[in-house]
Amino acid sequence: MERIDEDKLIDEVTGKSYEYGFTTDIESETLPPGLNEGVVRTISAKKNEPEWLLNWRLEAFKVWSEMKEPDWAHVEYEKPDFQAISYYSAPKQKKELASLDEVDPKLLKTMEKLGISIEEQKRLSGVAVDFVMDSVSVATSFKEKLGELGVIFCSLGEAIQEHPELVRKHLGTVVPQRDNYYAALNSAVFTDGSFCYIPKGVRCPMELSTYFRINQAGTGQFERTLIVADEGSYVSYLEGCTAPQRDENQLHAAVVEIISHDEAEVRYSTVQNWYPGDQDGKGGVFNFVTKRGLCHRASKISWTQVETGSAVTWKYPSCILKGDDSIGEFFSVAVTNNKQQADTGTKMIHIGKRTRSTIISKGISSGHSQNSYRGLVQIHPGAENSRNFSVCDSLLMTDTCGAHTFPYIEAKNPTAQIEHEATTSKIGDDQIFYCQQRGIEEEEAIGLIVKGYAKDVLNKLPMEFAVEAQKLLTISLEGSVG
Amino acid sequence: MLKINNLCAKVGDKDILKGLNLEVKPGELHAIMGPNGSGKSTLAAVLAGRDSFEVTDGSVDLDGIDLLDLEASDRAREGVFLAFQYPIEIPGVSNLNFMKAALNGKRSHQGLEPIKAKDFLAKVKECSSLVELDGQLRDRSVNEGFSGGEKKRNEIFQMAMLEPKLAILDETDSGLDIDALRVVSKGVNAMRSSERSFIVITHYQRLLEHIVPDFVHVLSNGKIVKSGGKELALELEEKGYDWLKEPSHDTSNA
Repeated sequence: MERIDEDKLIDEVTGKSYEYGFTTDIESETLPPGLNEGVVRTISAKKNEPEWLLNWRLEAFKVWSEMKEPDWAHVEYEKPDFQAISYYSAPKQKKELASLDEVDPKLLKTMEKLGISIEEQKRLSGVAVDFVMDSVSVATSFKEKLGELGVIFCSLGEAIQEHPELVRKHLGTVVPQRDNYYAALNSAVFTDGSFCYIPKGVRCPMELSTYFRINQAGTGQFERTLIVADEGSYVSYLEGCTAPQRDENQLHAAVVEIISHDEAEVRYSTVQNWYPGDQDGKGGVFNFVTKRGLCHRASKISWTQVETGSAVTWKYPSCILKGDDSIGEFFSVAVTNNKQQADTGTKMIHIGKRTRSTIISKGISSGHSQNSYRGLVQIHPGAENSRNFSVCDSLLMTDTCGAHTFPYIEAKNPTAQIEHEATTSKIGDDQIFYCQQRGIEEEEAIGLIVKGYAKDVLNKLPMEFAVEAQKLLTISLEGSVG
Repeated sequence: MLKINNLCAKVGDKDILKGLNLEVKPGELHAIMGPNGSGKSTLAAVLAGRDSFEVTDGSVDLDGIDLLDLEASDRAREGVFLAFQYPIEIPGVSNLNFMKAALNGKRSHQGLEPIKAKDFLAKVKECSSLVELDGQLRDRSVNEGFSGGEKKRNEIFQMAMLEPKLAILDETDSGLDIDALRVVSKGVNAMRSSERSFIVITHYQRLLEHIVPDFVHVLSNGKIVKSGGKELALELEEKGYDWLKEPSHDTSNA
């Protein structure tokens, strides 16, 4: 498997794929809009999938056909026409630009502020890049090192071909096909995503970042990620990118499943910065994501997210604390500006004894946006001596935005301890003036104050991510205090 | 150094400063005293550039620069420092990061490179010892969970870090016990120099025993109604302010 990846990398370097012009292939590889059983079969066939997976997809499609799009979230949008979407197109080579001069200057300015290098700016905005040998050799040695430890980190499509048993054993065990409308849709039509397996007792020595998967095509509209940490293993996984991502697909319905076996630990960090649309929220991405982890005995799953993008976000990274003594954590900063709407939070399902969960949610709303925290803490009858601690704060930047909190607590065991703290505050003119009086300009002052407010969450991010995420927060809120 | 000419300011519809004149020369320390509501804190806020006050007339000149034309942050960078009566808490922002941002803001304004970490820490050490601010306090979030005395000492620490041309102390003595008052005064006195001017706003003569002024002014109803040397403060302590109030105000007391 390592061999293949290296070959692919070398292909990238030499730029052969460009010569052969993937773009011409795409036209014939794109299915006409619409969704029916035939489409599901075609996707599965295109991906050369085994019979069981086709059946699994068909089952999902059947369930989805009978479901209704949910409308309980505190968001308003025009429901997408699912028959107007094309559900398969071959991995697309982004239209290539000759130089950065052709890139939207606004986008470049943002990236500059984020401190992204010129080479990286080119890569992100789709400008043809001569790969710097350094970054390739880093990626290659990275793969080699993982291979030695038996860590599998590849696309889900590749994993289905190369490690079908591992995929079959775990796929859909945490987010079943019928879980919810978007998860069902994803199960039927997912095209690709990431797969990660950490063998027993292995402590993955580096952050697994989708960044290193440069040999992979861009993320799909219906991405599916499966992370399996075997007994006693540890992995830190990074997803997303702080650079603004535009996408022609308006609807994104991803699924992420994590299985943390006995005494394993998984940290999943994500920075989401999909295009939020213009000032009126037009053209922004709808992000309907299902992320859930299953904790076996004495294991731990930690979700950290920084959400700044998308027109509409609907996302609840959750933990099922099935094993005794397992731990679930959720740390979130969600920023909304202009007309953005976010309904995000978590579910902590305590099933095992002495299970513990921590929730720290920091919402920041500005402009005319709506920012909701929705959380469920559920203590099952057998979850003796379980504990939850939740903090859920909202910071308002303007008088026109909204912050909402919907915490649900269901305790069915009297030994449970549940604490919930919530605050709402408006960014203080006093605080801004205090900073200004010390010579700090207004925008920098807002950045400082917001970063301070979100510190408890930002601290949970891996270093390399944290710095960019901090800058991103500042940029997302630029000009937001009037 | 500083020339305030016929300064008038209001908040909402209420006129607060009504033609205030004051000249402060380099190295001088001017105390401004006066009854509640006379406009002392408004003067401090207007000089610092707080935008909730509207300046309706007059001018403020700092070494040839029209202060009223500048944003609050630029006034600070030009060397105006206000020690707040009620220092503001900024949760999650460490005192040191805050100071670094402030110092580098000023340095970039002067066309200087950001301060080196080593130099910064040396400066922090020097300035914090001035007000007996221990290391732990420096690393905490800005003013968060500070006692009243700690907050005021932190203001003087920041002043020492930023080395202003003009320092305005707004009721720095309020809420201080005698020991804290001594520490704060010691810090201020150490900062006095022939290039640095001070405006010290206070209610009580007590502070002026520790920080001895060159001039004392009495502010009443938005104007300076009496000026004198340090002995004026003693006189005020004895007699109160009523004898200085403008006649229009005397009638209300009758």
